[in-house]
Amino acid sequence: MAAAARVADDEGGQHPALAFLIRAWPWLFLIGLCVFFESWSRASYGVTFLGNTFNLQSIALFAAFPLLLGLGQTFVIIAGGIDLSVGFVMGLAAVVMARVMQYTTPVDPALALALGILAAIAIAMVPGWINGTLISRLRVPPFIGTLGMFGVARGAGFLIAGGTTVPVNNPWLFAMGNERLFGVPIPVAITLLVVVAMHWTLAQSKFGQYTYAIGGNRIAAVRSGINVRRHTLLLYMISAGCAGIAGMIYTARFSAGAAQAGEPILLDSIAAVVIGGASLFGGSGTILGTLIGALIIAVIQFGLVFINVEPFWQFVAVGIVIIVSVLIDQSKGRLTGERKDAE
Amino acid sequence: MPSEPILRCEKLSKRFGGVHALENVDLVLHRGEVLALAGDNGAGKSTLIKIISGVHPPDDGALFYKGEKLRLRNPRHAREIGIETIYQDLALADNLDVGANVFLGREPTKSFLGLQRLDRARMRAVAHEVLDTLDIDIARHKFVQPVRNLSGGQRQAVAIGRAIYWKAELLIMDEPTAALGVPEQRKVKELILRLKAQNVAVLFISHNLVDIFDVADRILVLRRGIKAGERRPSETDHNEVVRLMIGG
Repeated sequence: MAAAARVADDEGGQHPALAFLIRAWPWLFLIGLCVFFESWSRASYGVTFLGNTFNLQSIALFAAFPLLLGLGQTFVIIAGGIDLSVGFVMGLAAVVMARVMQYTTPVDPALALALGILAAIAIAMVPGWINGTLISRLRVPPFIGTLGMFGVARGAGFLIAGGTTVPVNNPWLFAMGNERLFGVPIPVAITLLVVVAMHWTLAQSKFGQYTYAIGGNRIAAVRSGINVRRHTLLLYMISAGCAGIAGMIYTARFSAGAAQAGEPILLDSIAAVVIGGASLFGGSGTILGTLIGALIIAVIQFGLVFINVEPFWQFVAVGIVIIVSVLIDQSKGRLTGERKDAE
Repeated sequence: MPSEPILRCEKLSKRFGGVHALENVDLVLHRGEVLALAGDNGAGKSTLIKIISGVHPPDDGALFYKGEKLRLRNPRHAREIGIETIYQDLALADNLDVGANVFLGREPTKSFLGLQRLDRARMRAVAHEVLDTLDIDIARHKFVQPVRNLSGGQRQAVAIGRAIYWKAELLIMDEPTAALGVPEQRKVKELILRLKAQNVAVLFISHNLVDIFDVADRILVLRRGIKAGERRPSETDHNEVVRLMIGG
C-alpha cells in the first residue's frame, strides 16, 4: 500500500502539465469553440461572431436559464443527489407569478411585480421543501423523489395555467425582462448576482464545505456533528429557489408564464454541471465550472444557429460534449495518479 | 489502583429487538491506559463503543465519566466532553484535504465583509502542527490534496490527529490497524503508545491478537454480549484469549 502510494506520488509529480490540462479543459474548450465560430463566420459570411454586442448578449441570455437551474443543481450534485424537478418547478413559478400579476397589475403595476416575484420564489419553495423532506427524512432516493416532483410540478403548472400560457401586460415586468443596466440585460445581471452568491457560499462558507463533506462521505459528515438532514433539506430548497428565480426571469422576458418553460432546460442544466467537472457520484464540482459549462452549451447552441447549421445538430454537439467531459473525468485518475474511490 | 478512572461503565445492557447485543457489561478505563476490546463477530464490541461514543443510549446500566454519571445525548455531546471515536474507514471525507478533515464540523472562520469565511490557511497550518507533534510524515504538497491520495496509515494518522487536536481524553478506535500494510500497522501502534504517553485513555477494538498484545495494558473479551473475561497481557497468552472469545 505504501509502495503504491509512492508510485502515485511520482506519477503525480511527473505530469503537472497533463494535470493542468485536465483541470483547465473546459476553459480551453470554450476558447476553442469561440475561435472556431469566429473563424467560420468570418470565412463564410465575412462577419464577426464575438465582436458583436448583440451576439454576446444573446449568448448570455441563452446561458442564463440552464445556468440558474445548474447553480442549485451544482450544490445538490456535489452532495451526491440530483434534482430532476427543477425544470417544471421553474415552469410552476413562472405560471404562478404570471397569475398573481394578472390579478394585481390593475391595482398597481409596481406592487404587482413585487408580489409576483415573492409568489414565484415562495411557490418554488414548496416542491423544494417536499423534495428535501422526502430525501432527507423519509430516505426516498433523490432520483425517484424528484422525478415524482417533476410530474407533480408539471401537472400543477398546467392546471394553474389552464393548459395555456398566462400573459401579463405590465410595463415593470417587461422592463425587468428586457431592459439593460450599463449594457447588461437585467436577466443576465440577476443571474450574475446569483452566481456570485452561490460561488461564495460553496467555496468560502461552512455551508459549502459541508456540502462537499456530505458528498465525499456522508457518514463521516454525520459523525462530525454536521446536521446532514437539515443540510440536505436546505440543498433541495436552494435548488428549487434557483428554479423559482429562473421562472421569474422567464415570465419577465416573455411577459407570460408557461408551465413548460423549463422543460428543455433541465437536461442542459445537468449537462452544464457535469461539463463543469462535477461528479454525479458526489464530492466534486464548482460554481465556476458550472458557469463555464453553461457558457459552452450556450455558445454551441447560438453559434450553430449563427453559422446556419440545422438546429438539430445542437443536440448532437451538446450530447458529445457531455460524454467527452465524463470520459475526461474518468481518465483523471489514470493520467495524474490521483486515486478514485469508484474504482 | 491509580487515581479515579476516566471512564467507568456499570452493567451496560442493550437490546435490538429481541437480540441481547450487550448484557451487564462492566468496564473501567484510566488515563494513560490502553484497553483492548476483543471478541468474535457479533460479540457486542461495536455496540459497546457506540454506547460510549454516544451513538446508542444503553437500555440499562450507567456510564461514569471522570467520576460523574454521564448521559450522552449524541456523538457530538461525547466529543464535546473529550470522547473521540475513530471509525475503521468512515472517519474522513476523502474529497477534502487534511486541514478540512481535521476541522470537519468545527471549521474556524474569519469575518470577511461581514460574512463568515472559512479560514483555510489556519486549518492547514494547524493540521501541519498536529501531525508534527505526532511525528507523522506527510509530504507538503499532499496537504492541499484530497486525503484519498494519502496512504492508509497516513489517513489513520489524520483521524488520530483530529482527535488529538480536539483534546480527546478518551479515544475510541475501531480496528485501527485493519486494512493496513505491516509497516503502517507498526506506525499506528507507535501512535497509540505515544497517545498513552500523553495521558490519553485509549479503547480499541481489534481482531489482531499480535496488535492487542503489543499495545494493550488490559484486554477485555466479549462473547455474545457478555463479558467473558479481562486479562493483562503479561498474565495470559493468545490461546487463552481465543478460548475466552469462542467459549469452551
